[in-house]
Amino acid sequence: MALTIYSMTAHEMHDKLKNKELSATEATKSVLDRINKTDSRVKAYLTLLSEEALKKAEEVDKKLAAGEKLKPLEGIPMALKDNMCTEGIKTTCASKILHNFIPPYNATAAEKLEKAGAVLVGKLNMDEFAMGSSNENSSFYPVHNPWDLKRAPGGSSGGAAAAVAADGAIYTLGSDTGGSVRQPASFCGVVGLKPTYGRVSRYGLIAYASSLDQIGPVTKDVRDCAWVLGAIAGHDEKDSTSANVPVSDYSHALNKDIKGMKIGIPKEYFAEGLDEEVKVKILDAIEKLEDLGAVCEEMSLPHTEYALPAFYLLAPAEASSNLARYDGVRYGYRDKNAEDLISMYKQTRSQGFGSEVKRRIMLGTYALSSGYYDAYYLKALKVRTLVKQDFDQAFERYDVIVAPTAPTVAFKLGEKADDPLSMYLSDLFTIPVNMAGLPAISIPCGFSQGMPVGLQIIGRPFDEETILQVAYNFEQNTPHHKLKPQLEVE
Amino acid sequence: MSNQYETVIGLEVHTELKTKSKIFCACSTEFGGEPNTHVCPVCLGLPGTLPVANKKVVDFAIKAGLALNCEILEFNKFDRKNYYYPDLPKGYQISQFDLPICGRGYLDIELNEQTKRIGITRIHMEDDAGKLNHEGEVIAQAESSLVDYNRTGVPLLEIVSEPDMRSPEEAVAYLEKVKAILQYTEVSDCKMQEGSLRCDANISIRPLGATKLGTRTELKNMNSFKALQKALEYEIERHIELIEDGGMVVQETRSWDESKGITVSLRSKEEAHDYRYFPDPDLVPLIIDEKWIESIRNSLPELPDERKQRLINNYDLPRYDAEVITSSKDLGDYFDQCLKHFKDAKKISNWIMGELLRLLNVNDKEVADCPVAPEELGALLQLIDKGTISGKIAKQVFEEMFTSGKTAKQIVKEKGLEQISDTGELEKIIEGIIEANPDPVADYNSGKGQAIGFLVGQVMKASKGKANPQMVNKMLRDKLG
Repeated sequence: MALTIYSMTAHEMHDKLKNKELSATEATKSVLDRINKTDSRVKAYLTLLSEEALKKAEEVDKKLAAGEKLKPLEGIPMALKDNMCTEGIKTTCASKILHNFIPPYNATAAEKLEKAGAVLVGKLNMDEFAMGSSNENSSFYPVHNPWDLKRAPGGSSGGAAAAVAADGAIYTLGSDTGGSVRQPASFCGVVGLKPTYGRVSRYGLIAYASSLDQIGPVTKDVRDCAWVLGAIAGHDEKDSTSANVPVSDYSHALNKDIKGMKIGIPKEYFAEGLDEEVKVKILDAIEKLEDLGAVCEEMSLPHTEYALPAFYLLAPAEASSNLARYDGVRYGYRDKNAEDLISMYKQTRSQGFGSEVKRRIMLGTYALSSGYYDAYYLKALKVRTLVKQDFDQAFERYDVIVAPTAPTVAFKLGEKADDPLSMYLSDLFTIPVNMAGLPAISIPCGFSQGMPVGLQIIGRPFDEETILQVAYNFEQNTPHHKLKPQLEVE
Repeated sequence: MSNQYETVIGLEVHTELKTKSKIFCACSTEFGGEPNTHVCPVCLGLPGTLPVANKKVVDFAIKAGLALNCEILEFNKFDRKNYYYPDLPKGYQISQFDLPICGRGYLDIELNEQTKRIGITRIHMEDDAGKLNHEGEVIAQAESSLVDYNRTGVPLLEIVSEPDMRSPEEAVAYLEKVKAILQYTEVSDCKMQEGSLRCDANISIRPLGATKLGTRTELKNMNSFKALQKALEYEIERHIELIEDGGMVVQETRSWDESKGITVSLRSKEEAHDYRYFPDPDLVPLIIDEKWIESIRNSLPELPDERKQRLINNYDLPRYDAEVITSSKDLGDYFDQCLKHFKDAKKISNWIMGELLRLLNVNDKEVADCPVAPEELGALLQLIDKGTISGKIAKQVFEEMFTSGKTAKQIVKEKGLEQISDTGELEKIIEGIIEANPDPVADYNSGKGQAIGFLVGQVMKASKGKANPQMVNKMLRDKLG
């Protein structure tokens, strides 16, 4: 059976484009058609850019016809989470308070992809301001998991993961503050990478928690992930926190095997809270890695349990300040009935933000308040250092650390919506990685209750190469990434 | 009575740095400009944009710190100061909280020929806010308010003093000295009227001899040296009255009302903001190594105290003259320029402190805008020295130079103001005066030597001041024998 165009990976599509078996316009039409057929059920998109995408595809085709060399991601339809600024294109963060915001600038990652010839087909749904683990916190509508429309796609990059799983984009970019790329990738059975903090510029990424936020690719396979990372990584003079570390040739690393590689299995990630069936799939995956020649060994990251509570002090603290600018004065939503300045602030922010965002603003404001700062914010910073030290010590002995991405498979929409604490726990295994600033990838490693399970591979700072190498070896020797959800019925 | 109390004052001085671009973006810092034309997504705090520290601002901060004898902190960082106001587009100011760029320092002030050292607690960098333009007479009745973000992100230094000042005069002298040093180092224009130099004061009083500080109030909105002086004077009286009436000073922030000449309460201690400072995660800590500090140290110009010492040592200027002349960089530069064209430093100093400052003051001009260039003043002094004009005529000439912009030589020539040194011509005038004043002549001849002064004066008058007084004196004595 010939491969349907929209279900291709980026590298497959690149080969077809290069061999003139496919045009960028055909590719784009196919993906747009797929979105039109499926997104009324998945709801991954907030803004669809059909005309703009087709125009860009035509430009690419013209250049190809003129004999220009095809760049790796050129002509390939993709989409961005709606917290990445796009010049002249509405960027809402899935929030009422930014419902009409059109940035006059591009996020650096978006700009890099545009220059690489990417065809932007739309902006993706998400939890409001990237705060959430189920995408139910979107101010507009929740995203549905393509594997089971009654279930959540994960969050906050739910749209980014669901779009890729549903073949509504060849790849997407999400952002990961506490697991927001990896957890939805795990829930939707796709590949999601959170690069090292500082690997990808944050310029133009609307901030949730600045010291933790990082943009990452969501793709159909590991090779695509390597390609996209290579295109967006690098130092940016507009972001002081972006690192001046050379960008590796990530796809080159894929060809190496993992014989003799030392892999740590942290016992804290297999304790209470981990679903039994998910645990079985992860242990199977570890066995597979051993079959491929890796040496897996149980080890300990003793401060793991403190990472989540510390995260829920630090991230909201930063958010309380980052979100102060949405005051109705310059752009976005403003309550027109306000009678004075203070009521304008109060009414605009009360009406413009959703309940989870307000909850975190209050948490963070409290944590930074005079008299509480030392007990909460400062203490949490110290915990962060301890969490990081755990990993530093572990990486003296191990090349990578392997663990489950999430404690469960995708839960039902509405199941945790009224219980913030249990929702927060779905990021239990992803948060420590953000606290330590490390790179980590989630790749499909099997199914439980008919839903995908994600395997998390964590690496040393700026060693995305090794985690991609492990991920690729696993992927090429397992069938999971080739399975697709059934969305054709209608 | 007021002399039973001691006043304790500390100042917080804000100064805008005159870097070309803003502290965290490339926008121009130029004053004026159509509203919202010197702005970009970064200084407007649009979503997703990030600040990047301007290295020049750090250079300037180090320079000011070194000139104020401060310790430079090798590790310092930016923090966010959170509060809401429409002129603050991010909802927080980027400042420095617990680890500022400069620590302890000091400067010396001179008052009544006494030198006093005032401690500096710290100096930190921060970004300025925008400006609100209220559409109405007073803010409470304004129909609407417009915001101009041109000033948003202009770099500021905040210089915090120790509570070392004991009178409004000391506070004014301190502020003048800070201004002079910032101008000498060329890090700021320090124009109070344009807001590039602003000052808040903390003030308290305590019984003479007490060691514990009294309750302080913080004063804001003093837009000139005079306002600072008056506000502090008012506040001292207010504190004393409160205490003498058996009351208590309330810790609060008060605003100086220039038109009414009083301070009014802005907010109490309980209403004070909780700024929720925390390290700005968008900016990396600044690491300033010894090499960086040394390169700035090597670029430091001569500072007011050094210059003062040089004027005293090299030119024998009186201490007072040296203090006045070095109190502003422009005035000191003017003096040094004059010296290139005229060698008598004391004469230059007399002219600068007398005629020059008087005319600048009367015409409300700054030294930088002085219409008489230093070389022209030098040329004028040469004319006096050579006997071409008298000192008295020179004052007229100088005033004319000041208003018309002409050179001394032009004016002297046009108006025929050359001193009469021609003996023939002088002889005629002197003879006329001797004839017309027989009584003083008789007095002189009978041994009353002081009568010569009157006669010289009469000759000067008759010559419309143009006669050479030394020659007149000599010739009169010769004639009267």
